[in-house]
This record gives sequence, structure tokens and C-alpha cells, in this order.
Amino acid sequence: MKAPSFAAGLFLATSAFAQGEVLTVYAPDYFVSEWGPGPRIEELFEARCDCDLQFKPGDLLPRILLEGARTEADVVIGLNTDVTKRARESGLFAPHGQDLSPLTLPIDWDDDVFLPFNYSHTAFVYDTTRIETPPESFDALRAAPDDLRLVIQDPRSSISGLALVLWVQAVYGDAAEAAWQDLAPKIVTVTRGWSESYGLFTEGEADMVLSYTTSPAYHMIAEEDFTKKAAIFPEGHYFLVELAAKLAGTDQPELADQFMGFILDEDFQGMITTGNWSIPAALPQEAWPEGFQALDLPDKVLFYSEDEAAALRDEAIDAWRRALSR
Amino acid sequence: MAPRALALIAGGVLAALTLGPIAAVLIRAGGLATLGPGDWQALRFTLWQAFLSALFSTVLAIPVARALARRRFRGRGLLVALMGAPFILPVIVAAMGLIAVFGQNGLVNLGLAALGLPRIDIYGLHGVVLAHVFFNLPLAVRMLLQGWLAIPAERFRLAASLGLGPRATWHVLEAPLIRRIAPGAFAVIFVICLTSFAVALTLGGGPRATTVELAIYQAMRFDFDLGRAAALALLQLALALVAGIVALRLSRTAGFGAGRDRVVPRWDGQGALARAGDALALLAAALFLLVPLASVVLRGLPGLAELGPQTWHAAGHSVSVALGSTALCLAWALPLANRRGELLSLAAIAISPLVLGTGYYLILRPLVNPFDLALVVTAMVNALMALPFALRILRPEAETVEAEYGRLRATLRLTPLAWLRVVWVPRLRRPIGFAAGLSAALAMGDLGVIALFADPDRATLPLQVYRLMGAYRMEAASGAALLLLALSLGLFWLFDRGGRVRADT
Repeated sequence: MKAPSFAAGLFLATSAFAQGEVLTVYAPDYFVSEWGPGPRIEELFEARCDCDLQFKPGDLLPRILLEGARTEADVVIGLNTDVTKRARESGLFAPHGQDLSPLTLPIDWDDDVFLPFNYSHTAFVYDTTRIETPPESFDALRAAPDDLRLVIQDPRSSISGLALVLWVQAVYGDAAEAAWQDLAPKIVTVTRGWSESYGLFTEGEADMVLSYTTSPAYHMIAEEDFTKKAAIFPEGHYFLVELAAKLAGTDQPELADQFMGFILDEDFQGMITTGNWSIPAALPQEAWPEGFQALDLPDKVLFYSEDEAAALRDEAIDAWRRALSR
Repeated sequence: MAPRALALIAGGVLAALTLGPIAAVLIRAGGLATLGPGDWQALRFTLWQAFLSALFSTVLAIPVARALARRRFRGRGLLVALMGAPFILPVIVAAMGLIAVFGQNGLVNLGLAALGLPRIDIYGLHGVVLAHVFFNLPLAVRMLLQGWLAIPAERFRLAASLGLGPRATWHVLEAPLIRRIAPGAFAVIFVICLTSFAVALTLGGGPRATTVELAIYQAMRFDFDLGRAAALALLQLALALVAGIVALRLSRTAGFGAGRDRVVPRWDGQGALARAGDALALLAAALFLLVPLASVVLRGLPGLAELGPQTWHAAGHSVSVALGSTALCLAWALPLANRRGELLSLAAIAISPLVLGTGYYLILRPLVNPFDLALVVTAMVNALMALPFALRILRPEAETVEAEYGRLRATLRLTPLAWLRVVWVPRLRRPIGFAAGLSAALAMGDLGVIALFADPDRATLPLQVYRLMGAYRMEAASGAALLLLALSLGLFWLFDRGGRVRADT
């Protein structure tokens, strides 16, 4: 059963070589689905590079650390700030060499290795048909009646879950555990990843779900559904950014550089909104699609540098675990 | 080749494929890491939930299997076939199905609210056990049913002519059968629940429900601590081996003697009470298993229209993986159908799929491009994962055949080929069909090892379900899940049916 598809694979591989150079990009798994940003990135970039861009989806940093300097990746896209410290210390990544002045992030960004391509913030998303008056602040959420049903993600297995414990840490500092104790009775369950939580929310199992400020844009644009909203808290929202980086040992340095430049290009930035349902990292608000302009966004953005986050992480997760294990 | 040599080779390959990856991860990590207090807490929870899940699944399966064995009714075949379904659903899909029934706005709570009773809350240890029983009860039922059907009909006739009452029949025929099958079923379910992670977390309601597998995931994906992951994986392995040794020691081979394979009416269990009891057991099991499945189907129907070519390709890949993995699993299972083989195979499913995947990646990478082998590795690992189930189904029957027809072989001096053709294959056809169906269905639903090997153009269907969810396409994801359910059940039914051609079951 394997022989025909294996042979076909070999054939495709050879024909790809004939087309030009190959740029290998490691990306998160959701990137390459027909609804993810991967196919559009590939199409746009191949139109300008005379090369063959190949996505290899799956684990990003674990895979690169396993492979070490012999990795076949030229570029990796979709890293989060929780792994940049470890990635930087591995010495496997090279400076991106891009001019960062076009960035339109709500925070200052001067990293010379990790290049942002889109961002969002953690937020509790709710359905206006089920909650008429959402909590207006984090304090109000803490004080909300215990029959308000929340679903969140586990900080030990998901990026958004980790961002949430850092968010609570940034808002409440030493009182984070007390905050978690107030939230605990409202938390219906904790899921492994974002997909499970969001599924529970759309099924009506929870009133509010830990998601992103950009989630309502999907419903507005793709479904013309205006009932999903992110509750905005004046205490601020934790900043989540997705990054790309070039491998130091790439055998396609020029193509890799061209790709890094393409990330900040208007074509890429214009597509990433509806491609990845996130805010482009280098595109002024006027150029966002309508659904994105209609989003409720926080005035105050909270963010820990990778060193601060590394120092706080274990304690923040422990406070969460202690309060929720009670 | 002599059967013994075949068994040795099959066993050796199995051991290498199981222990090799752990060794590779250990070498890469440069040694084991010590475990923290959180790990021991996770271990306690893991053991307790796996014990309860295996206990309830096995005990509740007894009345259901008994009812299925002694009743004939319309739709019985369909019910037996559908029993295979929960086991093969991707975890997330099954959890959604359960929540549609037992969740906050689920049918049960709507019913309770209509009666003015307080709502129940599914999240907690009981939710974890409920979900594991949902997955594994059908498996235990099928294993026990297989045992019941293997009791020669003449024994029941003899019991009837001796005037044995229900209690005596139970003691003489049914209890020994349960003692033979149940410990093994318990062990397999216990071991599979040891590596539970997503379902335990989702329905467990929070960090109290932390399992060892979650700790492995955290060590691998977040902390890059291979030493700790390997230490935890070895712990899981040791637990599985202990469970396996205890269970296999408890289960003895029963001697019912050979029968003439005639269909004999059952005289036992005809009383009104027995009938009512059986009806109740069947009704309860059918509702518990089929209502969540029905909700998966209903939720998936609108999404079917949204499925793009990528999903259909993924479905094609999943079917070829399932077929390849079934062939491999059977080729492995037949020579290993003995006590040692079963113990060895239990070790295989106890190893965290994450560690297994990482180990294979480390082993293969210096030799070939692992991405090219994504589907081959998936098929192989799925065969490995299905092996304990296949053996649990095949072994009791294979040993019975050996015990009861071995003398015949010696008397008639049957050649190995004739033995296979005349006795072995015909007598084992039913368990082989069931084992093949289960392997195929399991291989359709598996996701475990693919994270490091994912190939953009050759995704499997469960992976596609997650990709669609990750892109907010919840409805399309439900449609893809329904497709997965239909294909898995279809394969299961084909094989299982194939094994039951011209059989009266």
C-alpha cells in the first residue's frame, strides 16, 4: 500500500528540484490547513522568489532543538515569546537584519533575532446573547457570581494558558494566588489547548472563554455574526505575539533573508489578518479590514520580557495550581 | 519456519520498537532526571483514575455481555457493531459528545431541570472515569462476549439437562469464564488509561486532574527536559508491567472442552426477572454509548458540506494507514498470542506516544528524512498500539484451540498447513475479524506520534480535525469528525463482519 504513494512522493520531490531552490519553513500545524495562513503565504512568496517554499508543520522549537545545527529548516515561523529565551540561548538562530521601523506593535520591539508578524492579546470572549453585561474589569470578573462559567487553558500545555497566568501575575503581582482563588469556583474546566476550550464555548458549555481580543473578528468577517465580543479590562491585557526567525545554519541564506523581508511586506501583512485571525505587526490601523477595525482593543497592554517571564513563570504556574487544586 | 522462531522474532522486534525509543531519548538527554513532588501527585491521580476506570468498565461490562450472549433480538448485530465506535473516536470529539449529554446544557441536565431536580456537574474525577468508561466499556463487553460465545453450546445444554438453576449455571460456566477474561480486560483498560491526558484534563476540571502524561507533555514541549520525560515514561512502563503481570497471573485458562459448534437453544435465563435484568442492562448500555454518538453525528451533518479537498485527502491517508497498520498488527499478533507476548505488548501502549514519537525521530533522523516516513511511522506505531487489544482478543481463543485440538493434530499427524487451514483459521476467524476491525478503527483515530512527523500534504483525518478547529472552523471540524467516525466504523464493521461470515453471532 505504501509503494505507490512513496514512489509518487519521490517523483514530486524530484520535480520540485527542477522548479528552483527550496526554502524549508517550519510552522505550527494549524498553519498548513486550507483555512490557515500557510497556503496564501506560499502562493504570495513563490510569486516573487522563483523558488519552492515548503512548510514542514509540527512542533517548532522542540524539533529544532532535537535536530540541532543539522536541522533542514531555513526559517521558522510561528514561535511565541515563551520560547524565545531558550531559542536564543541555543545559538541556532541568526539575526533577521530587518529594519524594525515599520512595526506598528503596541509595545516597543527591538529584538534583532525574532521578527514579529502578527499579534493579539489575551481576553475573555463572551456571547452577547448569553451575557448582557459582561464584567467591566478584572476585579469585576473576580467578584462576579460563581455561576458565571469560565473555561481556560492549562498553562503547562498551552501558550494562551501560560499567557493567562502571566496576565494575572502582571495585574495582581503577589496577590495572584488570591485572585486565582476568587476565580476558581467560576472555572468550569481547564483544557489542554485553545481548540478544546473554544469548542466548549461555542457549544454553550461556558459563558466566557479565555481566547484573544481578535477572536470576534473571525465571527464578524467569516460568519457575519456580531454577537461574540471580548471583554476589555482597564487593568490591561497580556500581549501575545507570533514571531519568525532565520536559522544560522541555513543553506539558503539569501532566500531566507528575502522571506524575512517579505514578512513585513504589505502583501503579507494585509493577508495575515484574515489568514491567521490576528492583528498585523506592521500595518497601520486604517489599513486593517473592516471587521478588525470594529474590534474592541485594550488601551493598556501588559508584557513581560523573556527574562522577566522566565523568572516569574514557575511561581505564576504554581500559584495557579495551588489555588485551583483546592 | 518453526512457530517458536517466528514468535522470538516478533517478540524481539516488538521489544526493540518499544524500548529503542526510550533508550534514544535517554541517550539524548544524557540520563534520567529526578522527579518533583508535583510528579508524585500526578502519579497518584493517574493510578487512581486508571484503577477506577478499568474497574467500572470491566464490572459494568459483565451484565451487558451476558445479556448480549443469551438474547437474540432485532438490531443486536448493529448494536454489537456500534459498540466499537466510542473506542475509536478522537478524544476531543468523544468529549464533546459526552458534554452534549452530561454537560451544563446537556440532555441529562435538561431532564433534571424539567423535573425540578438540581443539575449535575460532569467535571471532576467522576467525569474522567465516566469518559474512560464510555471509551472502554464497549471494549470490555466485546472481549467478554467473545468469551461467552466460545463456551460450546453443548455445555449449556448439559447444564439444562442436569437441571442447573441460574446460580449453579453461573458458578459452573459463567464465573470461570469471567475469571478467565476479566483480569486481562481490566489490565488493558488500566494501561490505556495510564496514558490518558486530554480527556482527563478536560473533564477533570483543572490541575487536580493532572496525569503523568501531562507532565511528560510539559517536559517535552515546554521545558525541553528530555531526562524528566524519559524518567516519567519509564515510570508509566513499570506500572503497566506490574499491572500486566498481576492480571495475567490472575487469569487462568478455563477448560470447557471442545464442542461441535451447533446452535443450541439456551434454556437458562428464561425467567421474567432474568429477562427484565438483561433488557435493563442492554438498554442502559445502549443509551449511555449511543446517545453521545448520535450527538456527534447530528453536530457533524451540517459540517459535511464544508469539507474541502484537503479533508478528503486526509481521509484517504487515514484509510491507507489503517489498512497497513491492520495487516502489520495481525502479522505480529498471530505468533505472539501467548502470555509473554501479551505482557510485552502491554508495555508498548504504556509508553507515552510523545516519547515514542521523539525516540523514533531521533533514531530515524540520521538515516532518512523523517517527514518522508510520516505515514509509515504512523502505521507502525498504530499497529504497536493495537497489538495488546488484538492479543487480548486472540490469545484466549488461540490457547483454547491449542488445548482442545492439539491431541487431534497429534493423532491425525496434521501438517502445519493443514492444521492452519482446517482447524486454526476457521476456529479463530471470529476473533481475528474482531481484532482486525479494532486495529483498523484504532489506527483511524490515532493522533499520538504525529506531532514531530507531520507532513503538510499527508495529514491524517484526526490531525485535520484539530487543524480545522485551530482555524476556528468548528463546524467543518465536526463534519470531519463525523467522516472519521463513519470511516472507522465502516472499516471495523467490514473486518468484524468478515470474521463472522457463516457464524451464528
